[in-house]
Amino acid sequence: MISFTLNGQQVDADLPPDTPLLWVVREHFGLSGSKFGCGKGLCGACTLHIDGAATRSCVMPLAAVAGRAVTTIEGLAQGEQLHPVQQAWLAHNVPQCGYCQPGQIMSASALLATNAKPSDDDIDAAMSGNLCRCGTYPRIRKAIKSLAASGVQQFDPKVQEVSQ
Amino acid sequence: MSEAKMPIARRSFLKMMGAGGLLLAMPAAAGDKPYLYSQAQALNCAGVLQISPAGVITFFVPRAEMGQGINTGLATLIAEELNTPPEQIQILHGGAHEDYKNPIFDMQVTGGSTSIYAHYQPLRQTAAMARELLLDAASEKLNMDRGSLHLRDGKIWLASKAYSLGDFVELAQTLPAPQAVNLKPQSKFRFIGQYNKRLDAMAKITGQARFGIDVGSPQIPGHTSVINNSDANIPNLKKAALLRCPVIGGTVKSHNGDELKSLHGVVAVVEIFNGVAVLAEHHWQAKKALTQLVVQWQLPELVKQSSPAIRQQFNAALDQRGQQAFTSGDTDAVFAGADKIITADYYAPFLAHATMEPMNCTVWLQKDVADVWVPTQAPDLSQAMAAEFCDVKRDNIRVHSTYMGGGFGRRSNQDYVAEAVAIAKASGEPVQLLFSREDDIQNDYYRPASAARYRAVLDSQGRIQAWDVNRVGPNIMAYTVDHILEAVLPQFIPNAFADWLSKRGYGVFEDWKVDSSSVEGLWEDYDCANKQVWQTTVDPGLRLGYWRSVGHSFSGFFTESFIDELALAAGQDPLAFRLAHTKNNPRLAAVLNKVAQLSNWQQRAELAAKGRYLGLASVFSFNSYVAQVAELSIVGGQPKVHKVYCVADCGQVVNPDTVKAQMEGGIVFALSAALNGEITLKDGAVEQSNFHDYPLLRLNESPEVEVAIVPSSEAPSGAGEPGVPPLAAAVANAIFAASGKRLRDLPLRLS
Repeated sequence: MISFTLNGQQVDADLPPDTPLLWVVREHFGLSGSKFGCGKGLCGACTLHIDGAATRSCVMPLAAVAGRAVTTIEGLAQGEQLHPVQQAWLAHNVPQCGYCQPGQIMSASALLATNAKPSDDDIDAAMSGNLCRCGTYPRIRKAIKSLAASGVQQFDPKVQEVSQ
Repeated sequence: MSEAKMPIARRSFLKMMGAGGLLLAMPAAAGDKPYLYSQAQALNCAGVLQISPAGVITFFVPRAEMGQGINTGLATLIAEELNTPPEQIQILHGGAHEDYKNPIFDMQVTGGSTSIYAHYQPLRQTAAMARELLLDAASEKLNMDRGSLHLRDGKIWLASKAYSLGDFVELAQTLPAPQAVNLKPQSKFRFIGQYNKRLDAMAKITGQARFGIDVGSPQIPGHTSVINNSDANIPNLKKAALLRCPVIGGTVKSHNGDELKSLHGVVAVVEIFNGVAVLAEHHWQAKKALTQLVVQWQLPELVKQSSPAIRQQFNAALDQRGQQAFTSGDTDAVFAGADKIITADYYAPFLAHATMEPMNCTVWLQKDVADVWVPTQAPDLSQAMAAEFCDVKRDNIRVHSTYMGGGFGRRSNQDYVAEAVAIAKASGEPVQLLFSREDDIQNDYYRPASAARYRAVLDSQGRIQAWDVNRVGPNIMAYTVDHILEAVLPQFIPNAFADWLSKRGYGVFEDWKVDSSSVEGLWEDYDCANKQVWQTTVDPGLRLGYWRSVGHSFSGFFTESFIDELALAAGQDPLAFRLAHTKNNPRLAAVLNKVAQLSNWQQRAELAAKGRYLGLASVFSFNSYVAQVAELSIVGGQPKVHKVYCVADCGQVVNPDTVKAQMEGGIVFALSAALNGEITLKDGAVEQSNFHDYPLLRLNESPEVEVAIVPSSEAPSGAGEPGVPPLAAAVANAIFAASGKRLRDLPLRLS
């Protein structure tokens, strides 16, 4: 039995400890927003937060999250209030097929939580692990830059709190 | 004929109403196929538009959403004639039904960048008829003059009083349909050409959009999926992983499946036509068990093929002339009398689609009915393919088409449906088959590898006198026929005969008929009196499919590289040379001029002084005109593309921001292929397996993209694909400007 926090709730998972976290959240907790893309941490479609850090959940065994805080795309908005990254994604019409976007948004929100004004190089470093086959990169960059220019100092208080 | 006043033939009107007569929502007449999710008491128009007694407007989108934004684009057409914002329209995918056929193909296929132009008139007409019927009904029911009523924002208005559309649905179903309807003129458009939102964006940024892989996951309360939550009650859905032969087409000789049945979570191990599947409670269990499966394979002919030898065969065939695909003037005579012939050979490799969502399909077979949930570009082909692999009749198979995590042509093939249905049948379980990334890259229907030899003669003014191209490579249509013929033939044709017939495709396209997708784009765009095009078929036997922009994906690179080479030979600016040869192609000339302006083409020497170089290319494809300029520098001996300028003329645009997004996306997609894309074979097996050896462009490599759309009231034309073809040549031409090296092979490698 492995216990951890999932989107703010304490949960237990009675599963083999090598089960990748992606399949734990998708199949055992029914949170299908995190996607399967490659199974090897190469594409970022499965990205979620562990203690606020963007993590590829397809290669993260369940055992590694014992006692830690996991946030998925479903847990990013505060109720009806979208996260600023989601708002920026809407404003820039970022999604096309949309399959990679939960992972993109989780990577971007983790970046902005610790770096409210990322440079182009910072954006490259944080976002280049997330593939998008539809080619939404130009809009992803614009959306992140619009947030960097928005004057907001801190993007994700919940994540900050967990990581302190 | 003016499109505003369009008479409707009685027969087509009855067809549009889809219910066998004027009583629109009466139970379907005998022989009429039911619609998948339509509501009994609602007004149903042509199967695509439904107004419920509660006043809810539902649009059953006849095309498939794979990211291109077609749900929004087509809903905007409905919205325009209903004078109601698109976001007030509920969107569902209606499954397989003949009323959802793409009029361009007469199949329910989404592809060829056809969706907007195929539906631009018919959908507006359907919505306009619904509007008129509802207004007629309101006039009668309220006993008010017809002219005192209007429909706006999902309500019928009488002065300042609003009535729900639902109030008039029952009466509308009994009224005679109008003989003709007025379509809104362009000057009155409220949404077409102006609406810039995406209706599915909210679902896609919150993780709620339901893709094929999500079928069977718990429903999100209060959220209706495009599959109408039809997957809520699948009992005990099992997850399957399938081990296929490393060489596509191989079959099972023997396997150790029985040894796996005791593994954690494993429910069954079954053999199907092309491999052995493990079914488990969860995907991870199935995937893990699969690693212990050992299969002896019967290898197919393809095992004899490896990439270096294929390339040699292609090169040898460049000297031959196969079938003539096009001829005008007397090309041979010009060549015979020419002092100088300019010639160049080009090559493009096999490519995989690599959609972000790997192929998958979910199947629940019951005794007389079956449900198939599948991200598909062709629900009717999915249905027919499913029928071939189970005992349920085609008409009793309900296809629920989910959002697709990318399509790009891959999801017009139905191999994953065949496999999933075969596994469900063999195991007796409701099952979801999911490809691993390795399965996906190694079991694609590939963009055909192609070689081409271009020859041309210039006159003393640098005008093209003669143009001759020989394209060498296999033909997609042969594989398409083999793949779909059994599905599209009438059901009374015996399977064995259909199979025999479908295999004839290879011979037909080798010896008799030229597959237009093998040669499109090799000659059409530029003025020249004497042209000749040849198709020389060399087919290694790797299965092929439609890859975003199809033949133009390689011919755009070939032709636009060669045009630059000719410009150089003529001593002319590549822009001026193109303009001199587009006197008969004014819309292509216009996008060329515009992109030159946008990119400061005439000032490119100043840019070059700073180490930045420009390359130009333009292609007419899918009835649209696109010109691009790539700006790059050479960093560490390799090209780094900083910016791409793009001008597109797609006729009348419905959603300008979506067209821009398609151009941006097409450019990134094409740049992936131009810089890195290559599928190779070794002893018949695809050598690449995942994103480490089949790399896609990443954000740090992605250029800035600036798109301009030419304002136009011409008929709408393609947007999803035309952004792809010019890009590789624009980059290759810029590399030449930067380095003096002419790269004639894709992917573009400087060293």
